[in-house]
This record gives sequence, C-alpha cells and structure tokens, in this order.
Amino acid sequence: MTDATDRPTDVNGDEHVDETSETIVKTVEETRRDAHDIWVSGTEERYPFAGSTDEGAQEMLPEGDDPAASIQQGVSVDDDYTSEPRNDSEERQIINMGPQHPSTHGVLRLHLELEGETVRRVKPIIGYLHTGMEKTAETLTYAQGSTNVTRMDYLAPFHNELAFSLTVEQLLGLEVPDRASAIRVLMTELNRVSSHLLWAATQGMDIGALSMMIYGWREREVCLDFFEKTTGLRMNHNYIRPGGVAADLPDGWEDDVADLIVAVSGGLDEYEELLNENPIFLDRTMGVGVITPQECKQFGVTGPMARASGIPWDLRKSNPYCGIEQYEFDVPLGLHGDVHDRYTVRMAEMRESLKIVEQVTASMPRGDYRSEDRKVTPPPRKRIDESMEALIHHFKLFTEGIKVPEGTAYQSVEGPRGEVGCVIVSKGGAKPWRMHWRAPSFAAVQALPVMMTDSLVADVVASLASADPVLGDVDR
Amino acid sequence: MTEMTEPDGAAAHVEGVANVTDNELVASIVDGIEGASVTEHRYASSETIYHMVAVPVDSWVAAVSAAKERGFDSYVDLYAVDHFAQAPRFEVGINLISMEANQRVLLTTRVPYDAPSVPTLTDVFAGANFYEREAFDLFGIDFPGHPDLTRILLPDDWEGHPLRKDTSVGSIPVQFKAGSVDL
Repeated sequence: MTDATDRPTDVNGDEHVDETSETIVKTVEETRRDAHDIWVSGTEERYPFAGSTDEGAQEMLPEGDDPAASIQQGVSVDDDYTSEPRNDSEERQIINMGPQHPSTHGVLRLHLELEGETVRRVKPIIGYLHTGMEKTAETLTYAQGSTNVTRMDYLAPFHNELAFSLTVEQLLGLEVPDRASAIRVLMTELNRVSSHLLWAATQGMDIGALSMMIYGWREREVCLDFFEKTTGLRMNHNYIRPGGVAADLPDGWEDDVADLIVAVSGGLDEYEELLNENPIFLDRTMGVGVITPQECKQFGVTGPMARASGIPWDLRKSNPYCGIEQYEFDVPLGLHGDVHDRYTVRMAEMRESLKIVEQVTASMPRGDYRSEDRKVTPPPRKRIDESMEALIHHFKLFTEGIKVPEGTAYQSVEGPRGEVGCVIVSKGGAKPWRMHWRAPSFAAVQALPVMMTDSLVADVVASLASADPVLGDVDR
Repeated sequence: MTEMTEPDGAAAHVEGVANVTDNELVASIVDGIEGASVTEHRYASSETIYHMVAVPVDSWVAAVSAAKERGFDSYVDLYAVDHFAQAPRFEVGINLISMEANQRVLLTTRVPYDAPSVPTLTDVFAGANFYEREAFDLFGIDFPGHPDLTRILLPDDWEGHPLRKDTSVGSIPVQFKAGSVDL
C-alpha cells in the first residue's frame, strides 16, 4: 500500500474516521482526575453508588485509630514485628482479595492495605459461608447431630463427628467398645492423610507447582475410595456416631488399607522428590509467613501450624482419645514457624498417620463396632422382628432420640488443622441446648494478619495456603 | 422441652456447690475470688480430668489473668450460652490450656439479660478478638473495651442476635404451585 498512514480501516478497506476520539480522550482525563467515579457508558451520568460505597463496620479505620489492627497484627504480643510506615499513607491503596479469589480457599475476603507490592495491613473478613450451623444443631437430636457437624470442616468430616460423639459420650458417661475406638482411630488418621493431601495439592497450586495439584488430588482419591467403601459416601459421612460407628468395616478392608498405604507413601516420596530441592519452591516458602510460638498461643493457633513453630503439643499425646496412646508415633516439630516448616511438618505427619493406620490394621480388636446400650444405639435389624423390647427401643430411639443428662461438656480431638473442639450444654432431653464449635480454621484466619503483615502480595497466597483454612469451618 | 418463660419471671440459677478441688493449680486461680466455684469433669472414656471454674463477672478479667499467670497461657476458645429462663441469662466461657502442666480449664461467668456486658479479654489474650465479636454478633453480648466490636459472621445490617433462644429458627414459606399455574 502506498498510502502509508496508520489510520484504521473498516472491513471494506474504506478509511474509517474516528469521530469520537476527542470525547474518549476527554473521558479518560476526567476519569484520571477522579479515579473513583464510575461513569455510565456513553453518557454524562454517574452510577448512583459511585464514590459513595459504604462498607460500614468492615471498613478499615485510619491506622492510628485502629486498635484492632494492632491486636490482629500481633503488635500487642511481644514480638519481632514492627509496624513502621515507610511511606506517606497517601501512597497506600486498599485491595480486596476475595471472596471469589481462587487462592482464598473458599469465600474468605482479605482487606489488604498495600504500599506498592508490600502488604501493610490485613483485615480478614469472614461470614460469607455462615449458615447458622450452631443454631441448626439446637434443632437436631443427638442422633442427627453428627450429620450437621460433619459438614463444618468438610475436609475433616471424621474429626468433626468424633469430637461431637465424644462430647455426647462424655455427658452420657458411655464407654464404647474397643473395636469402635480402633475404627475411629483408623478413619480419623486416614482422614488426616486425605486432608493433608488436599493441602499439599492446594499449597503447591497456589505457589506455582501446578503438577502438585494433580498428584495431591490423585492420592486423596485413593483415601476417599476407601471412605466410600466403608461409609457409603466420599464426604460428609455421618459414620462416627454417639455410641460407636455406623457400620462395621467392609469385607477385605485390610487389603484396601494395605494398598492405600503403598499408594500414598509412594505418592509422598514423589512429592518430596518434586519439591524438596526445587529452588522455586524453597524461595517461595522459606522465611515466609512466620508465626512465633508465643503468637500461636495467644491467637489459639493449634495443630500443624503451632507444631511448625516448635510448640510440642498434640492432643493425641497430651490428652489421648479412643485409645490412640496404644500406638507408636512421633510428633514432628518445626523450628522456624514459616511456610516451609509447615510443609515439612505436614508431610511428616502423613507418614506418622500411616504408621498408626498400619498398627491399627495389625491389631484391630474383635467385638462390637458400637455400644450395646440400647438407649443410645439401635438394636440390630433382625432383633426387631424377634423381640418386643428391641422394637420399643428402636421406636423410642428414632422418635425421641438419645436422652442426655443435664450438664456442660467439652471434648476435643486433634484434627488436621488443630484442635477440633465441641462444647455441648445439655438441659436434659434429646437435643442439645447449645452446641458451640471450636473451629481450628477460625483461629488460623484470625492469625493471618500476623503472618502476612509487611510481606509481599505473592507471599500472602503462600501464607494463606499454609494455614490451610476451611471456610466451612470458619463460618459454620 | 423446657417451657419457655419470660426472663423476668425466671427461676434463679443456683451456682454449683463450690467443690473443693485437690488440684492446687486450679485452686490457686480462684484463690481470693469470692463466689467462685470449681467443678471437675472427666473426658469420655478417659481418666483425665479438666476443670470448669465459674467466677462472678466482676472478677472475670482478674480470674483469666490469674489463670494466664499460672501457666494457662494457651488460648483455645471463647463461647457464649443463652440459658433462657434462668436468672443470669447469658454465660461466657473461655477455654485455656497449660501446656506445662498438661491441664485444661474452662472459666465461665454469667451476666443478666438487662446488662449483658462482660469486660473484654483482648488485653489478656489477643486471640479473644474474633471470638468476642462472634459472641457479640450471635448473642448480643457487649464486651466493653473491645477495639472493634462489630458483627463478624452476619451482615452489618442484620437485626437481632440469632443464637439467642428467643430467636426462632427461620423458615421461608414455599407455595407448591405445580398443577395450578398456567405453563
């Protein structure tokens, strides 16, 4: 073409004169002048909400007037953290990360105050998944209760069911048979493995090790297959119930568990080969998202996160439940409390859990898989045809429910994310008067600002993934 | 189901008889606190014991600080209970661990319906921040001194406090119109 102009042409090759270019420039200038205004396309009209967005109580206060921020950032805890503004606050901007951001593991929203790429303040905003499960628990009988709690931390359903069942059993003063306890240990330890595998997958994905995601889900599927075979469901099992477990282990479960152990430990070897000496992975995790033991204690951070900070505390050792003290296992500890230590601790924990699973398989006691107390567990189906008493027990149990004496009880188990605890206040009757859930993820989310303040935006993602929060557990 | 009465005509809540605990550590927490009572609880299928300590609301912060000084320095949990139809209607409990002594203690206090106010523990345990917000949100309990006492789980414009016993479980009326609607 001889006409060497860069004027745009339309589809027919005719010269296209842009008549609106002047107005566009004008609009851009105006937009720059007041970046917060949103204009209705093609008109002079503003959107009615533009510039007047009111976040209400969720708004971040000016830094000096925000005592909550200093608490959340751990300033009130004697710590290495110093909150010294390095630039004028005009340079700062507030960015919302979430609730739809893929790295927030659900519907967590982080209010980030950024200075360039550096995070100066963080405010976690939760409640997007709040469905009032604690209120729902008051309307469900004790027999129905485990269907409710299993949905809270949906990656550790067995731990939720176990904490709930143990609390009810504590109020009842009920002893469960040895086999039921052993099955509970088997299932919860396998659940710890499956939960940590999902954590490994998401942690890898969030910091760029995308193949890790595929591998983690792959091995987790092996665990879920076993859960499905045992309980009928991949998640939300309602398998561990007050009085024991819902059903005995399926035929051939020993072989399934043996295969599972081979598959998962083989997978763990592969992950460590993939990640342990990967320079990118090490750079992204070492020294990132540090939380000190003191802060862990102050903020109620428990489980692998606290152990990665060097706190030698595991409820399976300090307050054993379901006879877990019979099995030999170690509690892996970290030293620095950073993302990398959490990775090491969780990887080691999976191996320890598999060790427990192996021992449970070898020493599974014979006997009943649930209590024979007919006020708590229903009689076998066959007995109902033969015995009037069994029929009455069955009828009373399913119309009225388990009668639990008056009292308050707290019981906790070591979940994959820390202490899963349950407070039940009973006033007698078949439904809890109040059920409070001690959610480990709730405490972890509260401690996020401690880990994230003064780090880079990219590290926010790494820290968040290493805290492994489940938003169903946080919001309940 | 307990028949619900108005809080005014409520039966007075009788504090549990102050048990003499042989646990020196727990006894030292309530030492000097008038009206405190200690009860022992046993975990399910276990010989291990944990304690529940009820203290008056006036000595709430003092009792929790005393517990912290005596080694119960690991914050675990804070919860509220609505004992509807009992005289001090609301209960707030905090759950602490002493890792050194391997003991757990739950300190509780009761506040009446017309003054549901418990001094904040955020100065003692930074972790009480979100938990007190939750208790405020769902029970309407005030925590004077809390730095940011706003709703945490519910929207800011929510009316009422749903975990109170006088809030009913909501339901949405659904009309099944199939067959009666022209399609």
